[in-house]
Amino acid sequence: MLQIAFFSVLNGLVYGMLLFMLSSGLTLIFGMMGVLNFAHAGFYMLGAYVAYTMGLYIGFWPALLVAPVLVGVAGALVERHGLRRVHRFGHVAELVFTFGVALLIEEVVALVWGRPAKAYEVPALLDFPLFRVFGSSFPAYKGFMLLVAVAIFLFIFAILSRTRAGLIIQASLTHPGMVAMLGHNVPRVFMVVFGIGSALAGLAGVIAGPVLGTFPGMAQVLGSIVFVVVVIGGLGSLTGAFVASLLIGIVQTFAVALDVSVGNVLMALGVPARASVALHDIWKVTIAQVAPIMPYLLLVLVLMIRPTGLFGTRET
Amino acid sequence: MMRALELQDVHKAFGPTPIIRGVSLTIEAGTRQALIGPNGAGKSTLFNLITGKYPVSSGHIRLKGAEVTGRRPNEINRLGLSRSFQVTNIFPQLSVFENVRCSVLWALGYRYSFWHRVNRARDVQERTETVLEQLNLMARRHVPAGVLSYAEQRALEIGITIAGGADVILLDEPTSGMSRSETEHVVQLIREVTAGKTLLMVEHDMGVVFDLADRIAVLVYGEIIAHDTPERIRANAAVQEAYLGVPQGAV
Amino acid sequence: MSTPTPAAARPLAIDQASRSGGLRAFGLWLGVALLLVVLPFVIRTPVAVPIMSQMGIAIVFALSFNMLLGQGGMLSFGHAVYFGVGGFIAAHALNLAAARGVYLPVPLVPLAGGLGGLVFAMIFGAFSTIRSGTVFAMISLGVGELMAASSLIFDRFFGGEEGITTNRAKAPLLFGLTFTKDREVYYLIAFWVVVTAAAMYAFSRTPIGRIANAVRDNPERAEFVGYSPRWVRYVSFCAAGLFAGIAGGLFAVNYEILTAENMGLNASGAVLLMTYIGGIGYFLGPIMGAVVFTFLQSMLSDYTGIWLLYLGILFLATVLFVPAGLAGLLMLHAPAWRAGRLPRLIGPYLLVAVFGVVAAVGVVGAFEMTHFLASAESTRATKRLFGVAVAPRTAAPWLAFIALTAVGALGLRWAAPRATAALAEANRPGPSR
Repeated sequence: MLQIAFFSVLNGLVYGMLLFMLSSGLTLIFGMMGVLNFAHAGFYMLGAYVAYTMGLYIGFWPALLVAPVLVGVAGALVERHGLRRVHRFGHVAELVFTFGVALLIEEVVALVWGRPAKAYEVPALLDFPLFRVFGSSFPAYKGFMLLVAVAIFLFIFAILSRTRAGLIIQASLTHPGMVAMLGHNVPRVFMVVFGIGSALAGLAGVIAGPVLGTFPGMAQVLGSIVFVVVVIGGLGSLTGAFVASLLIGIVQTFAVALDVSVGNVLMALGVPARASVALHDIWKVTIAQVAPIMPYLLLVLVLMIRPTGLFGTRET
Repeated sequence: MMRALELQDVHKAFGPTPIIRGVSLTIEAGTRQALIGPNGAGKSTLFNLITGKYPVSSGHIRLKGAEVTGRRPNEINRLGLSRSFQVTNIFPQLSVFENVRCSVLWALGYRYSFWHRVNRARDVQERTETVLEQLNLMARRHVPAGVLSYAEQRALEIGITIAGGADVILLDEPTSGMSRSETEHVVQLIREVTAGKTLLMVEHDMGVVFDLADRIAVLVYGEIIAHDTPERIRANAAVQEAYLGVPQGAV
Repeated sequence: MSTPTPAAARPLAIDQASRSGGLRAFGLWLGVALLLVVLPFVIRTPVAVPIMSQMGIAIVFALSFNMLLGQGGMLSFGHAVYFGVGGFIAAHALNLAAARGVYLPVPLVPLAGGLGGLVFAMIFGAFSTIRSGTVFAMISLGVGELMAASSLIFDRFFGGEEGITTNRAKAPLLFGLTFTKDREVYYLIAFWVVVTAAAMYAFSRTPIGRIANAVRDNPERAEFVGYSPRWVRYVSFCAAGLFAGIAGGLFAVNYEILTAENMGLNASGAVLLMTYIGGIGYFLGPIMGAVVFTFLQSMLSDYTGIWLLYLGILFLATVLFVPAGLAGLLMLHAPAWRAGRLPRLIGPYLLVAVFGVVAAVGVVGAFEMTHFLASAESTRATKRLFGVAVAPRTAAPWLAFIALTAVGALGLRWAAPRATAALAEANRPGPSR
């Protein structure tokens, strides 16, 4: 039991920090431009695939540095030539556009690399157990993932709060018109933020690819969860994204490990056993099976009760 | 005389900042009144409080005797109060005709009906056409409202406000941004459409105010400092000080 | 300003319009119905009738989606939930009719689907429609994912991985009508298409339908003229759920199987794509989009494995360059058509078409060769493209396709502005020059 708890927390932390890497870019983009970027998970996928291919020629570590940059450039181009053009048609058109880009990225990836999953391997340097506890080992690569995610968080935080560029970005978040009046090239700021957000997503892909799998459906799998995180944390709030990522990461990892049935939980909460007949299907299902639904239940609940999310200040 | 609108010690603060600091105001039915005051006095905020867009921090607002404090804008509208907006607030993709028609539908009792055909409803058609003629927009009735000229949009704005037949009309700076001749037309329009109704308007154009208003209320820093006939307001020392900044007689 | 004669004293504009307009509208619907009846006899390829049935289902689904998007300004990423639920309930109802002798003949099964869609829309709509915009889109996404994930838990209703099957041959008969042949099912679907399309059109002409447009444009102002935007959205949402459920019921009758996929994000995405491509601002838009999308989906998938990529490109091109969709593109030519100046456009448009085709051939060729190299077919050396055998591993075909793309793109750059100018000229009000 303790073993399950310990490793669930650890794995949940890793998963949560990965979610944060993805959701930080998404929430920044939303906070600044008011558009929920459906294609964000697509850039995550591109990062994994590009790093995989480059890794075949130049190795994992150079690819780790180059692939996110390439993905970031792709993101900036999408903003410059696509999103900017669609912006004047309104929020709905922007959402629909990013939805189309997400679709296109998935199809292009399937086109260029094929549909079967790629054998994107953990680099040999990190392919050892970091420590052994309670009879199970924790892979060093996951420790590396954690390290990178924390470094990213500190990096973003430092840039936003301590550099001049960061100040301009923060100001553009709430008062783009005024920032433009002060002489800054706000469209360029938007493009840069979009590019950096996409690069972050790409970096998440480079790192997560070996662990979560590299296949054309990987964007869809993670994409919805990232939206849930961003909305629950609060659209535009970095702190919210951080808290919500960890929350969902740990809760989901824990839930998957629990082989207890919903019926047992309900009975422990005082619901009489006769209810098992009426709630037939739900009763015998395990928490692990219900785990995939939980983020969406949480999403719907939060949107009903507090649409601005835990830390957010705006809904649209 | 019946009281159309009654504000009783209304306060409104946004966070720690008080904007409306205890406004008590009574507007008699059938009168045309103006609300004036320097910029930032809180005139639009007061409108937003009366029409339900913002909740009051404390105090009471009564419409024709009924308590409307804290009610939603659509409920207040259904009780007979309608307002226009300082920044034109129309339905840009709908035609001019449809803009006015939307304002008519609830008032004529159609509500959320999905069993009537609007195009066949004579009463809706009649009322809409009458209003469009008053606005002088019959010729433009099929044009999408978003492409109208500024003055036409302001006229449509007023049209949407009065088409429902509300008897208490609030107009927020109806002539802002207009030329001399456009203003004259709008004043004439306002006089026509508010005949027999109660009008309260926010205005900066003193010519319009003195032309139309029976009584004038002056709002300064969230408080009513005077509420009187135009001549007496003109002569009021406190009003002059508020506008000119210098107590009369001092140098 | 003189006192105008009150409208009540003059002959109203609507009286004249409604008499002739009403007859014209009725004639139009009658014409459409006749066209649908005659179609299977005009297009005689055996595969045509099942595809037309598929189109019919898509038309109803897309029209219901546009009640939300085009009419109400609500972008939903989970509309397939009501389609799917309607389908499941219809399938279960049909099975019940066959087993327990409940009198539910096949023609009425879509109504059961509609009821299912309506009930679920009433439940989920209660909290989905509190706000519009991004929040609405996110809730719809959440509900969609929730339902898709729930389908694995409630397997008595959703049939687990295999789904629920049904059989229209076992149902009680209405007027002795059987539905064993493709053509019979087609006529049933065509009937429902006409009925639901007429109903949805009529809905858009009711007070709630007009106010839904107003709430889309400016929910704040709608509130200040007496309406609750939330209620308006809710009613639209329930109506859209009803018609989506009918589409789902038609699907159940046609394919006799429903799976969780029919409720999922892919199905919701597909209806968004087809509606947007068709044009959300016109009633005809979703109809055109559904027809084109279904056509491309069925036809293209026979020739290429990457048809979804082409559809995606078409979709993005629509969003970026022709946001009004196909219907909008057609309507753009209305003034020219009225003035009889359309023939002038043939020349410039033909040029654009030629260069467009050249560029398309180049791009498609490059894509198909890439697909060939990346997929399992790559054990072979050549691939048949446009009737010619090409060898994707050599440089020659690549150079050829890239050259075609370049020529086509440059030609388009030259020809497109001329076509736009020609259109503007043809649309110009005034006498022909």
